[in-house]
Amino acid sequence: MLRTNLTHVLSEQEHSKLLQENDNVMICCGRMGPMCIPVYESMEELEGEYKNVKFADMEFDIPDSRVIRNLPECRSFQGLPFVVYYKNGNVVKATSSIQSKEQITEILDEHFGKN
Amino acid sequence: MQNHFDVIVIGAGAAGLTAGIYLSRAKVNTLILNEGAIGGQMVLTHEIANYPGVESISGYELARIMKSQAQKFGCTIKSNLKITNMNLQGDIKEITVNNKDIYTSNAVIIATGGKSRTIGATGEDLFKGKGISYCATCDGDFFQDKEIIVVGGGNSALEEAVSLTKYASKVTIVHQFDHFQAFEYYVDEAKKNPKINFIMESKIIEFLGEDKLTRVKIQHQQTGDITELDIDGVFIFIGYVPNTEKLEGIVELNDWKEIVVDKNLATNIPGVFAAGDSIAKRYRQVTTAVSDGTIAALNAAEYIINSPYAKKYSID
Repeated sequence: MLRTNLTHVLSEQEHSKLLQENDNVMICCGRMGPMCIPVYESMEELEGEYKNVKFADMEFDIPDSRVIRNLPECRSFQGLPFVVYYKNGNVVKATSSIQSKEQITEILDEHFGKN
Repeated sequence: MQNHFDVIVIGAGAAGLTAGIYLSRAKVNTLILNEGAIGGQMVLTHEIANYPGVESISGYELARIMKSQAQKFGCTIKSNLKITNMNLQGDIKEITVNNKDIYTSNAVIIATGGKSRTIGATGEDLFKGKGISYCATCDGDFFQDKEIIVVGGGNSALEEAVSLTKYASKVTIVHQFDHFQAFEYYVDEAKKNPKINFIMESKIIEFLGEDKLTRVKIQHQQTGDITELDIDGVFIFIGYVPNTEKLEGIVELNDWKEIVVDKNLATNIPGVFAAGDSIAKRYRQVTTAVSDGTIAALNAAEYIINSPYAKKYSID
């Protein structure tokens, strides 16, 4: 399990449940590595600001992370973490490698807004 | 005064956190303002094996401990914010964050660190995470049995090139000079590795591909000849640049945009000190950043004792 304060997605079932129960979801699929940690930190800080978004992480190296790894939107990705943004269960944006808090905020504002 | 601190430290890498630990332990009211993630360059290091007293630790873990130490002593840390204005002249220093929150202090320690240097070639931003990487330990396994390039000629480039041969079928080192800056040991290790070959005196000038990187244009520095090479990935290790863009015109910088400091790590502005990778110095290690953070903290504390807002502090 990733050492973050985010909601952990541990299986395909939990991934489906999360998407069913939440309109706006951001999942960071990665490891406890240098490119991933800053993204988790940004998410932890943004969680309080974006009450309308569910922030979660998923370990890249578990088999069930195929729900992220095998997404068509992630097909060309070759850098951790894979970050996927869902609206009503559909992927609206996906990014590869490190992103700044500013870049993440821009995506959240564009696709989800702030409640 | 609201939002007033004795010392504001800008940056929460090894230098900034160390300054926070020393100042807060001495009961100096300290705020650390940090634009990126806590730990700075330190968290980019997968394993630190030469930090005295600790046999092996990840950069993330060391940063986490330093942060917790600083907070335990009462240091306030605000991270992932944007510094939008700095007025460092005068007895009271003023820093504006996110265009709205103003923090003031009697002294400032600048510990903004550095960031990975980019090549600046066409397509570099486009293919980041889609074939271009700055972290071998993070992304190496995406290139199992693939052909990759490592750009650079220093210790990191040569060391990571060797480490990437665990995954890649072929590693080509592209370096702009006809010799390496790396220690001989790293050069020898790379030269004797059968999977590694070299393209010297050359630079990548363009990254090409559709949805991911597939090809690069390389230009020879002497002849100007341009060749194209099919490639699956490029790892870039060409050093660091100091995070001092916002300090231009505020504190004295040298030609390399590093902060100029004296032996007490004081800048040209009274009450403003600097520490860590952003200052002009030769060696950039976690240990030297920690040393800088300590020196800057002790001198900042001494400075505020003599300031018009003097309080009594004890620094041991």
